[in-house]
Amino acid sequence: MAAGGESPVHQFEVFNLIPIKFGKVDLSFTNSSLWMVIAVAAIVLVMTLGANRRALIPGRLQSLGELGYDFIANLVRENVGSEGKKYFPFIFTLFIFILFCNMLGMIPYSFSVTGQIIVTLALALTVFIGVTIIGIAKNGIGFLRLFAPSGTPVFVLPLLIPIEIISYFVRPVSLSVRLFLNMMVGHTMLQVFAGFVILMGFAGIGPLIFIVVFIGFEFFVAVLQAYIFAILSCLYLHDALHPHH
Amino acid sequence: MDQQTALSLVQAAKYLGAGIATVGVAGAGAGIGILFGQFVNAAIRNPEAAKTQTGNLFVGMALSEATAIFALGIAMLVLFG
Repeated sequence: MAAGGESPVHQFEVFNLIPIKFGKVDLSFTNSSLWMVIAVAAIVLVMTLGANRRALIPGRLQSLGELGYDFIANLVRENVGSEGKKYFPFIFTLFIFILFCNMLGMIPYSFSVTGQIIVTLALALTVFIGVTIIGIAKNGIGFLRLFAPSGTPVFVLPLLIPIEIISYFVRPVSLSVRLFLNMMVGHTMLQVFAGFVILMGFAGIGPLIFIVVFIGFEFFVAVLQAYIFAILSCLYLHDALHPHH
Repeated sequence: MDQQTALSLVQAAKYLGAGIATVGVAGAGAGIGILFGQFVNAAIRNPEAAKTQTGNLFVGMALSEATAIFALGIAMLVLFG
């Protein structure tokens, strides 16, 4: 299919770097783990070096840290409300981790961490299960008012409540699959078009220009998908904290 | 039929399936077009409020684009799975 004999999804192959096995449990350090460690190291570097100077008029790195902080703080305050302040570290961690993982995946010959369904599923399940537990802990049985929106006529409720329940349980699936597919499809498309460039010889300048433009679009999608994940988590949190809407 | 013909048949079916799965991307094109059209329409009427709504615009665009990516993902799964 692709020039060179390699499948375009070969870039997502996970292999062991340091095999660590405890009997049946496989805890090997893979290339996926390596790039997660690199992402976390980059985040820690940017945030701590940015906060080092503590100047009143921020320099460039401090500006970066402050921008990220303010952006997510406003997001949480607007979408979760004033009691959402204690969930700010969680949303910030989610956003900045997904952002850095997406961005690092754009480096040529690197590995896309969020292009693995298990990684995005773990993140989405954390959000879903956490939000459900928070909702039940705060509202008790009143949490079930989430499935019957206020103001609906009574005769519509037997039809509406199953639909609401199903759409509630689809949330982790859609959250994880959205991020995973955006990353995987973007990178696979780049690989496929790169194969076209080689196959078409001199006329390969067309696909090459498309690849250049598409990589620009991919950077935009990387940031946007991190933002979408964060804002949807905030919205689900808002629903759980105030289920009477 | 022998092994070789069966394999070629499966490969041909994969190409066909991937092509048909891509039809689902049309819905996202229509959706995003409607979204941006409504935004430009409203922005011309009320330019100051338009600046506060660009965030909503991009959220809507990403959610609509996700459906297109779902269809494309199924196509990739069929083709390379």
